[in-house]
Amino acid sequence: MGAIKDVFHRMGSPRFFYQGSSLWVRGLYIGGSLGLIVGSFWGLVLAPPDKYQGDSFRIMYMHVPSAHLAEMVYFACAVAGFVYVVWRMKMADVFIAAAAPVGAVLTMLALASGILWGMPTWGTGWVWDMRTTSVLVLLFLFFGLIALRQAIPRPGRAAYSVAILALVGVINIPIIKYSVDWFATLHQPASITFVDEPAIETSMLWPLLFNAIGFYIFVAGVILAAMRVEVLKREWATEWVRAFTRGK
Amino acid sequence: MMGNFGVQFRRDLLVAIRARTETANPIAFFVLALSLFVFAVGTDSETLPRVAPGVVWVVALFAAMLSTENLFQRDHDDGSLELMLLDSRPLFLGVLGKLLAHWSVSGLPVAILSPLAAVFINAPFEIIAILVGTLLLGTPVLTLIGGIGAALTAGLGRGGLLLAVLVMPLYIPVLIFGSGACYRVLDGATATAPVLWLIVLLAGSITLAPFAIGAALRGSQEY
Repeated sequence: MGAIKDVFHRMGSPRFFYQGSSLWVRGLYIGGSLGLIVGSFWGLVLAPPDKYQGDSFRIMYMHVPSAHLAEMVYFACAVAGFVYVVWRMKMADVFIAAAAPVGAVLTMLALASGILWGMPTWGTGWVWDMRTTSVLVLLFLFFGLIALRQAIPRPGRAAYSVAILALVGVINIPIIKYSVDWFATLHQPASITFVDEPAIETSMLWPLLFNAIGFYIFVAGVILAAMRVEVLKREWATEWVRAFTRGK
Repeated sequence: MMGNFGVQFRRDLLVAIRARTETANPIAFFVLALSLFVFAVGTDSETLPRVAPGVVWVVALFAAMLSTENLFQRDHDDGSLELMLLDSRPLFLGVLGKLLAHWSVSGLPVAILSPLAAVFINAPFEIIAILVGTLLLGTPVLTLIGGIGAALTAGLGRGGLLLAVLVMPLYIPVLIFGSGACYRVLDGATATAPVLWLIVLLAGSITLAPFAIGAALRGSQEY
């Protein structure tokens, strides 16, 4: 218990975090790439084409993990916001600052791949259904996190305000989802959904799992690398960063 | 206990009444923006009644957002915000009092004017009651959510675009249920479900938003 507490406290120190995380980034990049390579090869080459959609379903192997990760990254931002508001841990704010742009890019990736997938299968790139709309709102929430930080010059206020905004946004995510779900039944668009299909075939499921895990690990690596940059930017005036930038 | 609520409510209402032209701005905006929609969509008797409820709702939403922009600005500039934060009485009630005062000079007049606006843009008569009702339920939610954005941006001197980016995603459910209820009535269905959802949003935002606003206001004093 004491050891865990010790690590927890030391992770709150930007210096310890920076020095301790360099191997982790490499490990996460390698692990994530392996998962993505295996999953993508399996999904794009080995998996059978879909009975109805042919090969166009294969974009699922990017669409599903990126959409899932986008939401998880926002949720993680909200957790970090809670940690910052309650315990004022500096590293929690560093996490939000690093993760928000990554989350925004993942959301855009999910939307773009969704449009590309929708065109051959739905016959339209964009449908205002529950999923699409809530993910679009998620993108705006990420933009809000980035824009608010940019707008506030004082770092303490910026960190606190962004943390509050992240928390406020997470309360709205389920509301948006259910409301739009409900709303969509009002003007139900004619669209094929996968909800009605029976469970996904195992030969298609396995590569998806590999890709999803690969996405998780790779995104963790990207965020960690971005956090390291953020730490250097914030601690530039400290002795250890100066020693580091002078080249030891 | 209610002291803080009453004090803030009375004070802000008095300020709003004395700054008459500023207070009238959201209402003037509401009417002007509506007429812009009519010019853009055209006075076609087929389309105008069909888009009317949505247009009224969107314009009411913009009016609410633009008016919340400087909800805390003046108090931040003259220091009375700090006094409110230093007050030992619950910040929750003070914030609620301020927001109620703000709503009664922005959202309430818009809701009261909406039948006139509905006639103005050829909305069918049967939706007028539901339009006023949903606006009465929905605009307080808009004020409460907008208050969070206003508190986060208080004293930054950045204009409404930042506030729009922060607040608009959170406005979406209100808009969906508000105009959804009107369209249900327009289509001859009952609007009970969206109205109940609006009440849920109102109850939820009254209980939660003042906490977030209070936290954001405290954060505005941090360095």
